[in-house]
Amino acid sequence: MSWAHEVPGGAAWSTPVRAGRLVTLTALGDDANVSVLLFGADRLDRLNVPDTMKAQMSARIRPPMVLMSDRGLALASVVSSTSDWHDCLTGFGHDAHLERFGPSSYAADRNDWRRSARSGLISELTKHGLGEADLHGPVNFFSKVAIADDASASLAWQAGHTTAGDQVVLRTEQDVLLVLSTAPHPLSGAAYGPAGVQVEVGSAPWPAEDDASWLFRDESARALEMCRRVVA
Amino acid sequence: MTSTLEATVIDTVVQPGDGALVEVPAGGRLRIVDLHGNQAVDTLLYDAHDIAHRYSAFDTVREQGAVFLTTGSRLLSNRLDELAVITDDTCGRHDTLGGACAQESNVVRYGEHTRHQHACRETFLRYGAPAGIGQRELGHNINFFMNVPVTPAGDLTFEDGLSAPGKHVELTATRDVLVLISNCPQLNNPCNGWNPTAVQLLGWWD
Ligand SMILES: [Zn+2]
Repeated sequence: MSWAHEVPGGAAWSTPVRAGRLVTLTALGDDANVSVLLFGADRLDRLNVPDTMKAQMSARIRPPMVLMSDRGLALASVVSSTSDWHDCLTGFGHDAHLERFGPSSYAADRNDWRRSARSGLISELTKHGLGEADLHGPVNFFSKVAIADDASASLAWQAGHTTAGDQVVLRTEQDVLLVLSTAPHPLSGAAYGPAGVQVEVGSAPWPAEDDASWLFRDESARALEMCRRVVA
Repeated sequence: MTSTLEATVIDTVVQPGDGALVEVPAGGRLRIVDLHGNQAVDTLLYDAHDIAHRYSAFDTVREQGAVFLTTGSRLLSNRLDELAVITDDTCGRHDTLGGACAQESNVVRYGEHTRHQHACRETFLRYGAPAGIGQRELGHNINFFMNVPVTPAGDLTFEDGLSAPGKHVELTATRDVLVLISNCPQLNNPCNGWNPTAVQLLGWWD
């Protein structure tokens, strides 16, 4: 059984997802951005981007990396993606990043009201008894912020990195809370018009012996194994 | 700028594997000295009057448009307010992507035999507790003196430090801040030169 939900651009959303599901994010426009937070089964343990990066020696998110928690457990594996670079270095947008588009309010703009990723994420967290303290470094799916080969490792957002139809598929390794925002990437220089994203959830086959995430690195396998012990 | 009213109010050594929680008032300067070289000093900052208002590594990186921290780097909060500025740095650059070591992440990185080795997350929680800093309040930290190169290809590695005995970094607080420090006990990678050593904290304010 599977289901799908279309999140419009500039919105926020959250949903619990059971272990052993495939979550397919599909960009519904060019230069989409989906800032994603993840919580583990107890809603306290959460995505730890630094640990995810250093365990897998990568400054970007790509298949078949495992997204790891504060407590060293796999939250989800990146099964496949049409893009080999999803930003995880530059956080989500704040209200200040929308100022260049001018004032916006519900009264003036109704549901085209422009809200930041931060305000949307906090709103979603609050629905689950969480809040500002639970914000953490997100993965910005479909976005790339390139790293320069200079002394400070300068960063630059890349226009045209992904287009409508691009996908990333995650496999949940434990029951997770998925919290996301489709507000613009905070470094995007584009005119306001964030793309929506479709979120499809279906059942995942049990990982095969040659599962790419289990075989990726010893570190990836250990995070999956520690998660399996807790979930099993 | 050194004011004549300023006095040395902190001069202490933090042993490897130990930590500290230091309140630095607005305008105060806190210097961390890498006494023996190549010693990672894991550091978090909080608004002294509101611990929900805390250092944010990825907001800091994005707003300065560069990965490494050095003199001039504004250490920003999760609300985009400036908590402190790095005002002196004889090391050259510092990491804020690599996070802190934890017993659990040690298992992931090095195997189950490291499960009960001491780690920074334990030190953060122990020294943070009196200020109400618990698991939810631990954001992604700074690693002073640690060298974590990133490449245009999107790779990230841990390498020998760029630091050396006597190198230091200095923060000037923009507002009253709590500085939570873990002098990293990691033995399994080169971030401490395979031999964790002591650091010195020096603080000056009115
Ligand atoms: Zn450490």
